[in-house]
Amino acid sequence: MIKRFIIVLALAAIAVGLYPLAWGIQDAEILTEVANEYVENGADDLGAANLVTSVVVSYRGLDTLGEITVLFAATAGVTMLFAARKPKKSGQKGSLADDSRRTGSELLQTGADFLFPILWMFGMYIFVHGHLTPGGGFQGGVVLASAVLLLLFADSDRKMGHTLLQIAEALSGAAYVAVGLLGLWFAAGFLDPRFLAAGEFGQLFSAGAIPVIYALIGIKVGAELTGIVDTMRRSAL
Amino acid sequence: MNITQIVLILGFLLSLIGFWGLLTRRDLFRMIISFSLLDTGVHMIMIGIGYIKGGTAPIFDEALAVGEAVGKVVDPVPSALVLTAIVIGLAVTALMLSYAVRVYTSRKSLSIDAVKELKW
Amino acid sequence: MSMTILIVMGVLMLSGGIAALYIKDTVSAIVAAGVVSLLASVIFLIVGAPDVAMTEAAIGSALTTVVFLFAWSRIKEAEKEKDTLESDSAEEGGE
Repeated sequence: MIKRFIIVLALAAIAVGLYPLAWGIQDAEILTEVANEYVENGADDLGAANLVTSVVVSYRGLDTLGEITVLFAATAGVTMLFAARKPKKSGQKGSLADDSRRTGSELLQTGADFLFPILWMFGMYIFVHGHLTPGGGFQGGVVLASAVLLLLFADSDRKMGHTLLQIAEALSGAAYVAVGLLGLWFAAGFLDPRFLAAGEFGQLFSAGAIPVIYALIGIKVGAELTGIVDTMRRSAL
Repeated sequence: MNITQIVLILGFLLSLIGFWGLLTRRDLFRMIISFSLLDTGVHMIMIGIGYIKGGTAPIFDEALAVGEAVGKVVDPVPSALVLTAIVIGLAVTALMLSYAVRVYTSRKSLSIDAVKELKW
Repeated sequence: MSMTILIVMGVLMLSGGIAALYIKDTVSAIVAAGVVSLLASVIFLIVGAPDVAMTEAAIGSALTTVVFLFAWSRIKEAEKEKDTLESDSAEEGGE
């Protein structure tokens, strides 16, 4: 009881601390200085119509590289935590795992087979058009992962080839760093996309290397998330 | 009331709900759910801070010419940060869940009290 | 107008958050947490962050829910296995 009282007290203190932050505030009329710089010059500078993409891929590109690294570490952690208990249980594989999962219905299987290529194409569309419309590598990668997930739902016995995933993941990660180094070599700095021609504003082939980088991020994220989902799905019992 | 205020207050309340769950639940699974609520709340706060009065998305098209965007678009920096934070959030949640599954298989219980090594 | 939508969405979101903590059934709680993310993505869309809204809808509400459900089903499997093992050992002890 006294514990709960302390918790309530702590939360009340946090709430009181946050209260002035929320109460006095008005809708901002002007942007901060950094954001102003991005909004004013970002389009001419990098040639990407979507400013969020400019910030993610180029201005804060190093952050994104770090984020991809965290994602990789988390995937490795998930795989490790699940793989560690496999040998112990392998002896009694059998009846338990079988009756708890069943394959999807005819409808789900046909629908999944039909939708998979369309979803795959949609995901690629999202990350290739990341510099023009909302969306980009992260969202596109998630769509790719959900397409694979749909297949896995339809047929729970389906085995995933992890070799392909690992190759895609490793290659896209290495290529991401390589493109960043190309920027360092031919343009102003690491992950600077301007070593390719800027092209015409608002066209698919524009904004220098931004579509290339975002596509690589998309493949990487898609591979990582597919790996996480498949590892969590596979029955190691 | 204005939009920034509403979004900020919602974010604060959601984070408080998440904190409350994190501190009062004993079940590891509920704690992870609370953590994801806390995550969403923090994302909302960050997006709320980047809002500009009457602002639209920072994407140039026919309706938003390149030269005259200042004062019409929201701050792109918090959007970019939250974008990556959400993806990391999923990865970390998956990691926590696999930890919870491991705890369950070794202790036969999801309660945080079963993990005695973490007590001091 | 957008303010009304914001408030309605916000109230729904907060009640979803409270439900996620207090519903007894864990699967319902997971779905409630997914609904919170979905409503949050609508709010992001209203305040001019469509990129974030897309990410939140795809990751926060869809993939996170799926990952939670997978983890829960594995816990259920482990539980079932434990029960079978216990009943097995009890039978052996009886013989």
